[in-house]
Amino acid sequence: MSNSSIPGVRAETPVTTAAQTSDASATALGQARSVGEVLAQSQVEEVLAELDRDLVGLAPVKNRIRDIAALLVIDKLRTNLGLVSEAPSLHMNFVGNPGTGKTSVAMRMAKILHRLGYVRKGHLVAVTRDDLVGQYIGHTAPKTKEVLKKAMGGVLFIDEAYYLYRPENERDYGQEAIEILLQIMENQRDDLVVILAGYKDRMDTFFESNPGMSSRVAHHIDFPDYSVDELLEISKKMLEEQNYVFAPDADNVFQRYLGLRVQQPHFANARSVRNALDRARLRQASRLFADRDRQLSADDLRTLTAFDFAASRVFQQAGVHPDE
Amino acid sequence: MMTNHGNRLTQGQFSFLPDLTDKQIATQIEYALGKNWALGVEYTDDPHPRNTYWEMYGNPMFDLKDASAILTEVNACRKTFPNHYIRVTAFDATQGVESVQMSYIVNRPKKEPGFGLTRQEVGGRQIQYTVHSYATDKPEGERY
Repeated sequence: MSNSSIPGVRAETPVTTAAQTSDASATALGQARSVGEVLAQSQVEEVLAELDRDLVGLAPVKNRIRDIAALLVIDKLRTNLGLVSEAPSLHMNFVGNPGTGKTSVAMRMAKILHRLGYVRKGHLVAVTRDDLVGQYIGHTAPKTKEVLKKAMGGVLFIDEAYYLYRPENERDYGQEAIEILLQIMENQRDDLVVILAGYKDRMDTFFESNPGMSSRVAHHIDFPDYSVDELLEISKKMLEEQNYVFAPDADNVFQRYLGLRVQQPHFANARSVRNALDRARLRQASRLFADRDRQLSADDLRTLTAFDFAASRVFQQAGVHPDE
Repeated sequence: MMTNHGNRLTQGQFSFLPDLTDKQIATQIEYALGKNWALGVEYTDDPHPRNTYWEMYGNPMFDLKDASAILTEVNACRKTFPNHYIRVTAFDATQGVESVQMSYIVNRPKKEPGFGLTRQEVGGRQIQYTVHSYATDKPEGERY
């Protein structure tokens, strides 16, 4: 029915709610004129500093994220002055070996994008092939759409994205998921940001066989493997979080352990470090357990000794004595 | 005498106002999400005031965080039922409340015939009144 049929009500009557006024910082961001103002109002520097502090190494990744953040800040200033530019394509591709911090960085990326106002909510929805692809005909589209709806206003993180495309099976439903994904990535760019992640070589093949995907992902970020020194630093952080410390001579042994471990197959960077530390905790526990009558101090319970690491299988397999 | 020009259905919030734009609907959804209410989309072609339970379109959306996702559902429902009444509800699951906190119409049929007043003469020349939707004279699915 025509709107004019209701007397005394104009068509543009605003319907005000608390939600409209709640985001006061967003309006301030809209008036910023200098880089400093945008940074101060969006508090994005905090997240960048946190990134520097909490994540060891990863220099190229941090640089790229700084570049992207800079672009977004400048874009914000341009928009404020009415220099219209197309909304930047923010879909990203994180490649690197397992355990190099792709998920952690994605979480921080979501925070940065949220602070700068490029995504509205800033949550991260992490999915794999299983969450997107259905098991029978007609199952995939609703499933994918459900996930996409959940991720709207935030970041969709697709781990091991290359599994979506299975060239050996031409009736694989993965292709359907990719098509829906592409459509949303193109048409609802301001609703969500998609981050794909996986091993480098397999991601490259994935992009080669899906040119549509490749052209819609603007940022490719390489996650390098950690050096032994960086791994040691990571392990210290991990232990600190769990209230453990290295005994004075233990970190040397652990460093030698890492030197051997990185050369072995299936090395998963930070994840392998975590596992090695967990095994050392086991050994520490049984070492203390064996000594029934001893009064244990907090230090005893906190300290991982050289022995806990030296007993590792890695040393035996390599035929190296842990003290050398 | 006609008090409601055009027979516009006046149920729920904002029903005396002109139709909400998508942007206004999104703002209202955002408000409900801010309160942690679960949004739902419902439709019907039997808008009798006592017909409280409309059909639900899809599942209640407990896990969506953003208005655009719910607006997508609203638009999908509009596409499926362009000529039905569609409303958005916001359900508050807080223990002790557990009821709908917001409800507003987001889609109407092009032509709303409205309601007629039916008088029934009962014992002692008493009159009983009831309202009757003209649309429901036709079978379901052919009403609007």
